[in-house]
Amino acid sequence: MLASLVGFLGDIDLAEEAAQEAFAIAAERWPREGSPEHPVAWLVATGRNRAIDRIRRERTLQHKTQLLRADVEAATMDEFDLNDSSISDERLELMFTCCHPALAVEAQVALTLRTLGGLTTQEIARAFLVSEETMKRRLSRAKAKIRATAIPFAVPADHRLPDRLAAVLAVLYLIFNQGYPDRGDLAVEAIRLGRLLAELMADEPEVYGLLALMLLHDSRRQARVLDGQLIPLAEQDRTRHDRAEVKQGRAALERALALGATAKPYVLQAMIASLQAEEAIDWEEVALLYERLEHLTGSPVVTLNRAVAIAEAGRPERALELIDSLDLRDYRYLHSSRAELLRRLGRREEATTAFEHALRLAASDAERRLLARRLDEL
Amino acid sequence: MKYAMLIYPKPGIEAALTEEERTSVTAEYFALRDDPRCVDGAHLQPGEMATTVRDGGSERLITDGPFADSKEVLAGYYVLEAADLDAALEFAQRIPAVRFGGAVEIRPLVEIPVETAH
Repeated sequence: MLASLVGFLGDIDLAEEAAQEAFAIAAERWPREGSPEHPVAWLVATGRNRAIDRIRRERTLQHKTQLLRADVEAATMDEFDLNDSSISDERLELMFTCCHPALAVEAQVALTLRTLGGLTTQEIARAFLVSEETMKRRLSRAKAKIRATAIPFAVPADHRLPDRLAAVLAVLYLIFNQGYPDRGDLAVEAIRLGRLLAELMADEPEVYGLLALMLLHDSRRQARVLDGQLIPLAEQDRTRHDRAEVKQGRAALERALALGATAKPYVLQAMIASLQAEEAIDWEEVALLYERLEHLTGSPVVTLNRAVAIAEAGRPERALELIDSLDLRDYRYLHSSRAELLRRLGRREEATTAFEHALRLAASDAERRLLARRLDEL
Repeated sequence: MKYAMLIYPKPGIEAALTEEERTSVTAEYFALRDDPRCVDGAHLQPGEMATTVRDGGSERLITDGPFADSKEVLAGYYVLEAADLDAALEFAQRIPAVRFGGAVEIRPLVEIPVETAH
């Protein structure tokens, strides 16, 4: 409903106000007169009409260019002569506006959650550990920039689409990771937005790749932390994995592969996550997929993951060599992975030093507890 | 909407180009200016030619050189009439300074309300 109003009014603030007004009128009228046959259409129409009334009153709103161009008189919709299917779905346009690279990434994330996720400003502020005041400023600054610089409310042209879609996917994945593992509501929201995007862009393999990746990771949420302690995949209670979610994730992955994508970052990561959902994991294959991902991204973090897979495949010395060649000194997973390898190789003293280093860098209590247990076991 | 494209070339780039390259880059700048949407534009003399005026308390303070104390100096600008930021971005990406390690800052112009314009 909000997306449809933004599409019509060309302004997020104005659309939010119109939506609020429409809800207020509904709350007053529906209990008395009964709810309309097509509630969404009714709300959109009412919101539009209210906004038009207001614009007629305040002719000074110069920047509402889109509306001024439209024929305001003709635009008034008859509240009783419409149905929900006649309301255009402009959520995709809104998604591209919110994730425009001219906005700071944290603003993209906040705006997406606010306008498409339906989270309150307070909820978003809490999720990103900033004050409500800061989040309010961040949102209004972003909306002001959209208005002042005329960031378009449109799906980008074909030649711009790959870059712009990558930005949208990055925002969704950021939301997911912010919610994983302990903020389930954000992960759920990211998956919901991923599903929406997949519905709106049914031909884009990376959209399904990301959706699959999120579903497959999310399926392990219940098993990933036990009694406040992080549990490595190998030690997780697989009965706590959400089988239904694994199935949905694999279906999304199959769709991505059917669209002909095997060399795209999210698809590759989803393929890895799918292999890791097996009872017996083919670590050679996982290492191979990480190698392909490495070629695509050039990220040392991916190389680290490949090293871990190589170790799991039975070659810990080779894995250690690879890890020691990496320039990732303060990356905590480097030290915990290295420590784990040294432990398995029976190099206890070096392992202890590495675990202690990792412990100093640990970012959560769940992680600290796992590392402390490992140290005890030595 | 009108957008100013403020062009900041990589410092020293002009000296690094051959005579031939300079000629062809200049031609590119003129070609962009010929775009019908481009309503204004100028190439500024180098920063060493700048004079800056400030309030010095009891008198105006006049100093040699550009205002900002940075190596990157505004070298020129275009004013583009474009439908939206994406169209402006597309134009900006074609400005040669970008390709040669510089940057272009895009700033929408404040629009003067129609009622007060006459």
